[in-house]
Amino acid sequence: MSETFQLDGEDVPFAPAQTVLQAALAAGRYIPHLCYHPEFKPHGSCRVCTVQANGRTQAACTLPAAAGLEVESASEEMNALRRTLVQMLFAEGNHFCPSCEKSGNCVLQALGSDLGVLTAGFRHFYPDRPVDASHPDILLDFNRCILCELCVRASCEVDGKCVFALSGRGLDKHLIVNAASGKLVDTDIALFDKAMEVCPVGVILKKRVGFAVPIGQRRYDQRPISAQALDDAPRVSAASGECAACEGSGAVSALALTEPASSFGEETP
Amino acid sequence: MTQALQTILARHQFNPTRLLQILREAQEALTWIAPEYIDTLAAGLGLPRARVEGVAGFYRFLHTDAPCRYRLLFSDNITDRMLGNQDLLTTLCEMLWVERGHISEDGLASVDTTSCTGMCDQGPALLVNGWAIPRLSRERLARIAELILAQAPVETWPRELFAVADNLRRADILLGNPLQPGDALRVALPLGRATLLEEIKHSNLRGRGGAGFATGLKWAACRDAAGDHANARRYVVCNADEGEPGTFKDRVLLSTQADLVFEGMTVCAYAINGSQGFLYLRGEYRYLLAPLNGVLARRREAGLLGRDILGHAGFDFDIEIHLGAGAYVCGEESALIESLEGKRGIPRNRPPYPVSHGYLQCPTTLNNVETFCAAALVAAKGADWYRGIGTVKSAGTKVLSVSGDCARPGIYEYPFGVTVRQVLADCGAENTLAVQISGPSGVCIAADEFDRRIAFEDLATAGAFMVFDRSRDMFEVARNFAHFFAHESCGFCTPCRVGTAMLRSTMDKIAAGHGTLYDLAEIEKLDRVLNQSAHCGLGHTACNPTLDTMKRFRPTYERRLKSLDFEPAFDLDGALAAARRMTGRDDTGAHLSTEIEA
Ligand SMILES: Cc1cc2nc3c(=O)[nH]c(=O)nc-3n(C[C@H](O)[C@H](O)[C@H](O)COP(=O)(O)O)c2cc1C
Ligand code: SF4
Ligand code: SF4
Ligand code: FES
Repeated sequence: MSETFQLDGEDVPFAPAQTVLQAALAAGRYIPHLCYHPEFKPHGSCRVCTVQANGRTQAACTLPAAAGLEVESASEEMNALRRTLVQMLFAEGNHFCPSCEKSGNCVLQALGSDLGVLTAGFRHFYPDRPVDASHPDILLDFNRCILCELCVRASCEVDGKCVFALSGRGLDKHLIVNAASGKLVDTDIALFDKAMEVCPVGVILKKRVGFAVPIGQRRYDQRPISAQALDDAPRVSAASGECAACEGSGAVSALALTEPASSFGEETP
Repeated sequence: MTQALQTILARHQFNPTRLLQILREAQEALTWIAPEYIDTLAAGLGLPRARVEGVAGFYRFLHTDAPCRYRLLFSDNITDRMLGNQDLLTTLCEMLWVERGHISEDGLASVDTTSCTGMCDQGPALLVNGWAIPRLSRERLARIAELILAQAPVETWPRELFAVADNLRRADILLGNPLQPGDALRVALPLGRATLLEEIKHSNLRGRGGAGFATGLKWAACRDAAGDHANARRYVVCNADEGEPGTFKDRVLLSTQADLVFEGMTVCAYAINGSQGFLYLRGEYRYLLAPLNGVLARRREAGLLGRDILGHAGFDFDIEIHLGAGAYVCGEESALIESLEGKRGIPRNRPPYPVSHGYLQCPTTLNNVETFCAAALVAAKGADWYRGIGTVKSAGTKVLSVSGDCARPGIYEYPFGVTVRQVLADCGAENTLAVQISGPSGVCIAADEFDRRIAFEDLATAGAFMVFDRSRDMFEVARNFAHFFAHESCGFCTPCRVGTAMLRSTMDKIAAGHGTLYDLAEIEKLDRVLNQSAHCGLGHTACNPTLDTMKRFRPTYERRLKSLDFEPAFDLDGALAAARRMTGRDDTGAHLSTEIEA
């Protein structure tokens, strides 16, 4: 851990094979990110973690940390870029936050609040994405999918089931499930699968527990995501066996409860 | 059905890395990929069915919608449009009684468009069940329609329909080379690996696929890469995906210089100690597969492939051809490798690079078709000879694919350093307004830049040279390219997946007369976002043609703008279209006035 790189002018130590984002989070330094999850190999698809490294823009989650690297992340230029990317994701799907049961626990929404995304910015695409309510205990609302592949990876790598996969391409890229019928009920998903807890947005939902925690008392209603992301790396919540970022468990991170509530996250974009 | 699938699976040894090849063959044999075939293939390969479905859903030439005996895909490059492909498409739809984009109810035929099929010098072109038919005309379409309505199998159609011309217009050291199969290897092998590699480095050869990376450095890096496992095999991959609209020089190299291509790959294998080669051939060039396999067979017989090549004990190398299935992004080297492994063609995160972690995570050298040809020339005739041709910074020659408004479209090979003006004169272009160099991901230049040179230090190019004369509207050119990028985005990263679709809809909005200055500013913003944050070159360059034409031909944009103020994207009259369709009305009373300005 002797070598360092510079993040916004300050030294950040790193271990071999760590990426810039991993090293930054481990050192208590936040770089906004979305598709990165500390328990999985960095994906590099959302591009929200984009930073300027030695003058070139790169995704921090996949960029190997290297001695002497000069990384600029907290600049207005990078944050403006991130705002645009978040706006693009909002425009691409159908995100009606006030009626979404993930509201307050949603990483996309929390990022939007934190970055100061106040308007849609772009024309919305309003795609037609029917929900899958076939499973007795689980609802899939594809309208909110941001295609981060976390559920795909969790189901294959942790659960060993490969319940989810991606098909199509470009704007038609979409999540599919592992059944000839195309219905979740015909897969072998189970309520306590890892895949049930990784979705950063409100796609994979346990039925009948949606509003067990009232809006206003949820994870990102308490403190902004920039503060909480650091709790996850290394995973504080892993002790409970459940990811506090995820809807359905009804759990609010113990840490979050001890902190004073902030005003972030109360307005939905 | 299942029997056919089992035969295909067995031919590929039930190997999951063959999934794309298996799906292609299933599609050819059974006209589509039915859900139950996916089950059979998944079981046979030991893959989750969703993985198989995901791969089938990625490639445009794999169809999971419904069976259809004749799938006709019109090439939709701007050069096809300039030659009237849209009218022809409508005509064919009428002849066959089908609605564009829909399979006819009897499952007989469907007609749609696809990205440039690499026949720009002999367009308009189409693919029927994957087989290329160039030089479309009403007469030829009438024959095609007749054959379809008579349900004649495509194999029995007159060969003349499928004849593809080479249109070789100017040959230089590459296209005019006098080499016989094996000549380059006979010089290269006695040199020894190290000396051969030094020759390639010394020649200053740079990649011809677009990025211009020094070939010798790439080969050396691959040879020196340890790989993850001891005794990792080394692979040589030839990129014959040639998806950049307006580019067709690799097609002609493969049809006229196949031996040289394979010879270059074998030279590379010797230099890097490679044991297996792949040629990734774009699906649009399906018709080249049999002739290329024929060349490979001849080379094996001649001892130029296989074990102990040319008697060199221990030099074993062979080449296999994989076919793509309609995905431009698979020309990107790491996406190509994913596709070779039978997966969705998504560009990998780099580092690590293919030279150390390529095919199956083994060290892999990947080069363009033309690069391998040039490497064979260097091996045969020496680095000093080669670097004496071209300019100081750009050694050798470049093969250009010339199309568009000119008397003699086709293939032109020049030493690097030739001016655009010279090429225009040679191909018989008159009243030229603009030239798109290196395709949509390259640059668009106007008349005041025609003295610029084709060279890495000035106009670097992968080979496309599309000519537009003064009758053309450069806005429509850019709009066609915006559609291309949105159609071909792999969808992996946010900026490109969403941004290319936004660019497409903004260009359509401007075309429909609803654009404002705000939209031009939005295009500039999209360009910044894509440049700064896209995952691969496709996204980085997707706004280039729009920005280039906006800069050089701004009046063609402004002429279309409705007002210089913001205007909502919502088109009130357009929103009523569905209601009009349902009520069968289209009279003036059923339309709102969209004129907002006085
Ligand atoms: C979207 C995209 C498409 C590409 N398509 C091709 C292609 O069709 N043929 C090609 O040779 N290189 C293509 N490339 C470049 C390859 O990634 C790679 O740089 C090249 O094949 C290396 O060979 P070279 O060094 O011989 O040029 C493409 C790159 C991108 C980003
Ligand atoms: S369902 Fe959730 S976890 Fe899965 S890809 Fe979509 S957003 Fe990501
Ligand atoms: S830039 Fe486009 S093509 Fe490249 S990875 Fe991103 S979505 Fe795919
Ligand atoms: S967090 Fe790095 S690309 Fe998504």
